[in-house]
Amino acid sequence: MNSEVRSPKPERSSNSEGRRSEPASRVSGHLDGSRRDFLRVTTVLAAAAASGLVAENEAALAQGTASSSRKGPLVDTNITLSRWPERRLPLDETKALVAKLRSQGVTEAWAGSFDGLLHKDIASVNARLAAECHKEGRGMLVPFGSVNPTLPDWEEDLRRCHEEHHMPGIRLHPNYHRYQLDDPRFAKLLDLAGERKLIVQLAVSMEDERMQHPLMQVPHVDVKPLAVLLESRPGSRIVLLNWGRAVKSDQLPKLAGAGHVFFDIASVEGVGGVANLLKQVPDDRVVFGSQAPFFYFESALLKLKESPLTDPHLAAIRAGNAQRCRHAIA
Amino acid sequence: MMIWDAHCHLSGVPGRTPDERMQQLIGYADRMGIERLCVFMGMTWSYDPSPEDMRRQNDDVLAALENWHDRAFGFVYLNPNHVEASLAELDRCVRDGPMVGVKLWVARHCNTLELDPIVARATALKAPVLQHTYIKATGNLPGESTPMELAELARRHPEAVLICAHTGADWEVGIRALRGCKNVSVDLCGFDPTAGVTEMAVRELGAERVLYGSDAGSRSFASQLGKVLGADIPASARKLILGENFKRLLMPILRQKGVRL
Repeated sequence: MNSEVRSPKPERSSNSEGRRSEPASRVSGHLDGSRRDFLRVTTVLAAAAASGLVAENEAALAQGTASSSRKGPLVDTNITLSRWPERRLPLDETKALVAKLRSQGVTEAWAGSFDGLLHKDIASVNARLAAECHKEGRGMLVPFGSVNPTLPDWEEDLRRCHEEHHMPGIRLHPNYHRYQLDDPRFAKLLDLAGERKLIVQLAVSMEDERMQHPLMQVPHVDVKPLAVLLESRPGSRIVLLNWGRAVKSDQLPKLAGAGHVFFDIASVEGVGGVANLLKQVPDDRVVFGSQAPFFYFESALLKLKESPLTDPHLAAIRAGNAQRCRHAIA
Repeated sequence: MMIWDAHCHLSGVPGRTPDERMQQLIGYADRMGIERLCVFMGMTWSYDPSPEDMRRQNDDVLAALENWHDRAFGFVYLNPNHVEASLAELDRCVRDGPMVGVKLWVARHCNTLELDPIVARATALKAPVLQHTYIKATGNLPGESTPMELAELARRHPEAVLICAHTGADWEVGIRALRGCKNVSVDLCGFDPTAGVTEMAVRELGAERVLYGSDAGSRSFASQLGKVLGADIPASARKLILGENFKRLLMPILRQKGVRL
């Protein structure tokens, strides 16, 4: 029911924490309709600018209301190239994906390959990934090769990722490759990756288990064994991707406390989800990840707007934490 | 750009009272430029609410709306397992109260005949009926509806204004199921922001039948807005989906209630 026809209601505004403030008319005395309209329009434009949907002049206007900390580097730790096995995705051509990422201000994107989920010739998957990143990435795409420790001679794939393709890390899919994290081969993989100072990205899931193809029901990775493994491997760097549906909130502090574990935001849900995550893990462990092109890129970027974040937090999530993961610790 | 969120809840939001939770929701909505929210179901939910529980949950929403009539709408939560109580609740909250639509969840499959009097009464009141739908590879809840079942209901009630909540979540199937049902719109909320959903919905249903919703507070406003703001669709379609379509569906009952926007 609208207030225009019912008994007049005092119009109230909310601050960024959602707490009620005084009725707007009482606060300013001059916040007339046109002023409110202006504020609303600029807010919408700022959101749209964040998603690259408004014309340049409109985006410039929106930037006037946006924090300057929204500028600067943006590292997307969670993109994937090639073809999702079950449908064509709007941005599954690398050139189009790169154009999209650039338009959104992404300066660096850590790329795995959908082919790494099911292909057995992992060596060719990784060679194609490296070549594609070099050819289309123009310095933005950073390849993270797949390693499947259930395949014979997987150690050679790891070596090639590091020595031939010069990758800074690898991406694992234990659920698609059908092993648990308490499997000794995973421990060995962590050891070898650690010796090479490779980042290990662990994709906890790729899609909501309820929406999976009936012929490809893949459970989420159970991360419970990870904390114990990391306690004895202080040099390991782990980035958990797409963990939102699979990792319980009480597991988060344990994982963060066990070692250098980072959490991407692609699958973080709930109102104010990123701010809520910062209450559960240290603020230097949250990294930006979009899961593009499987997810709309804008989903992750807009989460940074939805949560009230300080400028230092924003800068850390956008790039600082990922850069530290990649460079400083190493 | 007007953004109206067709699908919000009080659960999953911090706050001891409905009003406190609405303050939180409005605060986040403000950050995202969302002008109006549509809220339904109470602070705590039940799959198959008793008549008393239905009333309690609807009272929560009435309390939530009390101070936010300029920013929020409410839909009445009904249970077709209690038809008479549902009709009474429909009258209390919509005909005689401030709510403007009906929410049906998972108590009973929506193709069953028990829904007919509820949908007929809602249609007489010009109230849209929003039906939860999901198609789960892991198996639906016992009374949980699918878009295919909603299509059956839609064919029995061609005059009704129906909203397929979540587009079935398995949207490639859900959209197909509803292509021929012109009186059914789909809302895009409550499932992962999988790329392509909005493009397919616009292609197969037409932009006029697609609604933005978030399913906040369990979902993020941002992740669900991303489905619309990130889609490769014309600007005119985006405008319809973000707010114009939901407004159009609500205008008949708003006019009937004398609301001017």
